[in-house]
Amino acid sequence: MNIVTALVRLLLFPGILFAVPAAWFFLWVERKAVARMQGRIGPPFMQPFFDFIKLLGKHVPPRAGVGGLLMMTWPLVAVASAGVAVGLLPVLPASGGFEGDLILLLGLMEVPSMCLIAAGFSSRSIFGEIGSAREAVLSVSYNVVFLLAILSIAASQHTFRLEALAQLPVSPLQVVGVVALLVCLPAKLHLNPFSLPNAEQEIYAGPLTEYAGPELALWELSHGLEWVAATGLVATLIAPQATAWWLAALVFVALSFAIVLLLSAVSAATARLQIDTTVRFYWQCTLVFAVLAVASALFMRFRS
Amino acid sequence: MNLWKRLMCYSRRHSPWIFHMNAGSCNGCDIELIASLTPRYDAEQLGVLHEGSPRHADILCISGPVTHNAAAAIKTVYGQVYGPKAVVAIGSCPASTNVFIDSRTLEGPLDRHIPVDVYVPGCPPRPDSILQGIAKAAEILAERGNHPPASESASETKSGEARQ
Repeated sequence: MNIVTALVRLLLFPGILFAVPAAWFFLWVERKAVARMQGRIGPPFMQPFFDFIKLLGKHVPPRAGVGGLLMMTWPLVAVASAGVAVGLLPVLPASGGFEGDLILLLGLMEVPSMCLIAAGFSSRSIFGEIGSAREAVLSVSYNVVFLLAILSIAASQHTFRLEALAQLPVSPLQVVGVVALLVCLPAKLHLNPFSLPNAEQEIYAGPLTEYAGPELALWELSHGLEWVAATGLVATLIAPQATAWWLAALVFVALSFAIVLLLSAVSAATARLQIDTTVRFYWQCTLVFAVLAVASALFMRFRS
Repeated sequence: MNLWKRLMCYSRRHSPWIFHMNAGSCNGCDIELIASLTPRYDAEQLGVLHEGSPRHADILCISGPVTHNAAAAIKTVYGQVYGPKAVVAIGSCPASTNVFIDSRTLEGPLDRHIPVDVYVPGCPPRPDSILQGIAKAAEILAERGNHPPASESASETKSGEARQ
């Protein structure tokens, strides 16, 4: 990957220029889909954009010292890493990449969650601390399955290159891995039934309780970019190979949209679980998927 | 710059996030406010979100005749909402203390403590009139922008005099 393709991928497609409107669009799709399933009409199309602009115009809360500086830093780091993670997705055919970009992508996708944990604790709000503790426990639980699933797909192919993984033919291992990833996505995106860190009826807004104005706008944006990155990762894994770049982009957007609809349907149809039930669900039930995926990956390696 | 201001004005009008506070209400108005968020009235069409934290809110919705206990809390919560902000008084109680008038446990009406932008009268008001009140408050918010309400300093002195 030379510098020009890297910049194009980071800034144009699927990077910032595509990812930010897509983030707002997915946030709207989620809210609209939940509203339609509850028999409401739901927010207008530009709603997340209006929310973002309005939050930018709010007063910045005065916070002194290192704590205030840290609280300002976390959303910036979260947005930056989620944006770069989207830029790494191998959407277009022959768009280049480098050995090990899967590891970088997984690492970057984890940064917003860590920033959220840190933000809750540095806000010193009791609700923020409870939310952060829940997010930490949740992230330890779902990440075992998430990482095992995707690493077993990679290990079966002897590569950590995203582009090679995107071009895989359909195999039982890939199906098991993608199902395991899909089960982890509601927890990663804080959706029902795993919306524990931002459980609004219990702990207000969780780690974001003390945030306001432009910082809250950045958190909303980083959440939207996480949507694009997480659904995009699954979309690139299951997307059929296309030679034309516009077809590849179209398939990517359509698949991401379908995954967003699926996740919204699940979140509208379920109620929040307790934290111990959630942890038990990930450690006991879905670990089966991950173990299956790892076992079949090892099997495929020995056979090949 | 003008374009940015117009965009900001438009966004403020279309994205009012509310925080609801009970200042000694009988719960009638609270039920009606929640009803305005439910599928039948669907406040989200106007961009209204019911926020759990006053830090996120633009519009403070207060119901109840302001009891002794609630008076200090109202000022705290009003300070926790960052500007630009607006206040909607829901029901007849915050406007006039309603049937509780002359009660010795009250410090109402609401405008003795904080500046109120929109009154929604009724005991309780219907959800559609609450929605109209919130939409009106969002319009006031958009027009006023970053300037604090003129009545803010006046109401401070007024409440100070009343205490003395």
